[in-house]
Amino acid sequence: MTLPTTLLAIDDLVVEHRSPGRPAVRGVAGASLSVSPGEVVGLVGESGCGKSTLARAVCGLNPITAGSIAFDGQPVTPLGLRRRKLTGIQMVFQDPYASLNPRRRVGDQIADGLRTSGDTATSPADLLERVGLPRDFAGRHPHEFSGGQRQRIAIARALAARPRLLIGDEPISALDASAQSQVARLMRDLAVDSGAGLLFISHDLSVVRLIADRIAVMYLGRIVEVGDTAEVWASPRHPYTQALLRAVPRPDGMGTLPEELPGDVPDPADPPGGCRFSPRCPFVMDVCREKEPEFGPVACWLHEPR
Amino acid sequence: MTTLEIAALKVSIGGKEILRGVDLALEAGRVHGLAGESGSGKTMTGLAVLGLLPHGARVSGAVRLGGRDLLALPLKELNRVRGGEVAMVFQDPATSLHPMLTVGRQLTEHMRHHLGLGKAEARARAVELLGKVRIPGPAEAYGRYPHQFSGGMRQRIAIAIALACSPKVLIADEPTTALDVTVQAGVLRLLRGLCDELGLAVLLVTHDLGVMSAVADEVSVMRDGLVVESGPRGRVLREPEHPYTRSLLESLPDAEAR
Ligand SMILES: Nc1ncnc2c1ncn2[C@@H]1O[C@H](COP(=O)(O)OP(=O)(O)OP(=O)(O)O)[C@@H](O)[C@H]1O
Ligand SMILES: Nc1ncnc2c1ncn2[C@@H]1O[C@H](COP(=O)(O)OP(=O)(O)O)[C@@H](O)[C@H]1O
Ligand code: SF4
Ligand SMILES: [Mg+2]
Ligand SMILES: [Mg+2]
Repeated sequence: MTLPTTLLAIDDLVVEHRSPGRPAVRGVAGASLSVSPGEVVGLVGESGCGKSTLARAVCGLNPITAGSIAFDGQPVTPLGLRRRKLTGIQMVFQDPYASLNPRRRVGDQIADGLRTSGDTATSPADLLERVGLPRDFAGRHPHEFSGGQRQRIAIARALAARPRLLIGDEPISALDASAQSQVARLMRDLAVDSGAGLLFISHDLSVVRLIADRIAVMYLGRIVEVGDTAEVWASPRHPYTQALLRAVPRPDGMGTLPEELPGDVPDPADPPGGCRFSPRCPFVMDVCREKEPEFGPVACWLHEPR
Repeated sequence: MTTLEIAALKVSIGGKEILRGVDLALEAGRVHGLAGESGSGKTMTGLAVLGLLPHGARVSGAVRLGGRDLLALPLKELNRVRGGEVAMVFQDPATSLHPMLTVGRQLTEHMRHHLGLGKAEARARAVELLGKVRIPGPAEAYGRYPHQFSGGMRQRIAIAIALACSPKVLIADEPTTALDVTVQAGVLRLLRGLCDELGLAVLLVTHDLGVMSAVADEVSVMRDGLVVESGPRGRVLREPEHPYTRSLLESLPDAEAR
């Protein structure tokens, strides 16, 4: 069997949130992105830019307004929870308190995942061991663990279902710094070792770059830059990516205040015309206000492909 | 000049020693950064200063402010100090903001309670404070509710409330940890500016050594309830003396990339 080169293909995806009496909010406004087997793609961007909306659409939890999502060559359509378990996509959320059942032993919750995949050779304790926890934790309840430990349990449960695509939606942002890089690396190693793809969502570029092969930067519903992690980190091309990197304070002991990006993320119900970043961009030109740069890998008129 | 001095502070809860003799001095117009991994006792140090330790905590040592020991003050006097001379900002602005009250009401209630200001006076000062923390359209923002602001603005409002009664000491526990880096940059600049302009003595608790490097003048590093290293920012971050500080710095992404 040959593996397909693309596991997940998102093409010009639009996802709208509709609520009565209010204009539709375009959480995702024409985003394209792909993930290959064994590949780790980091998705970064400010709060509210549409990362979770995109992730939920990939899992079939948000209806698609326009564009397409294909998993393994098959279109993803909104699904009931039970069928979703069979699709080979698993998600790990920001708050493991909310996603783990407080009343059930963690071993039983991991066993649910093993049943999904029909895995009878692996025990919940084996999975706990793989995420770096003692085997006898299986008999305990979620409240007996720290935030970092709970997140490891949530990862063990997701892995038990043997997903081919693992999605982490801010899986580390509730953890403290030392646990953050450990858990991020753990997710990477476990996904890559099993040949699965990993879409890792975070607002923290400095952690994403530790584990991602490629980085996608999202702004107001669109992917504005995609590239190899090392290249994006060393020489970001989109003005928004540049601003994100300049805002990361460096631990060099020099007392340099990070640079502020003026203004807030605009309202996705009423996005600015032309380039969505134009009201905050230091390099804005006339064309930017008139026409949206609808191309990649860098969606900016300064980087128009020839 | 030392504004607030923490000396030999010990705290135990349920027989477990959480702080084992912490010494720290906060100076006017200086930001003192407190680093250390989760569970090392950073938050407990801040809470002890404010007399906000969990029920049943046993405390010893001294917290000196203007000739008094805060640990020995009667509750009524301590309440006057807390939110007056000593103010605080937490990681999650939701902790400090009431969701059902307008921003203006929360700001003025504080001032009228602590400073005994009249209605109009309090309102004028509230609008001035909102402007100072750079909330756009402060007069109009006065009448709005917390949920109508973004996360970064909510944290700025929490800072405005903390500043309402002209404190001498500000304790900020992970004030930017929940924010995006772009928003964090603005809040850090604000904190630094207020410290310089108002001569505040700031205790900045953060596990982020990048944040520490950006705004702290002095840095102390905690581990297992003790301060293991303390000194000027540049020295501690560039030439750490304690092996634990070195290990914290070495665990940073940039150290690994080499
Ligand atoms: N309410 C409580 N009762 C008993 N022990 C507590 C309580 N709160 C905290 N502790 C313990 O006190 C110690 C220090 O906790 P503290 O919250 O001050 O750490 P911290 O450095 O602020 O950590 P973090 O970065 O996670 O906030 C830890 O061992 C913790 O388990
Ligand atoms: N259920 C919903 N109803 C209406 N708007 C929503 C809903 N969920 C998210 N949004 C809006 O969609 C945009 C993208 O949100 P989200 O994907 O959650 O962002 P992120 O995960 O990057 O923080 C935001 O403006 C958010 O307010
Ligand atoms: S298209 Fe124009 S406004 Fe948009 S990011 Fe590029 S230079 Fe800035
Ligand atoms: Mg989200
Ligand atoms: Mg803390």
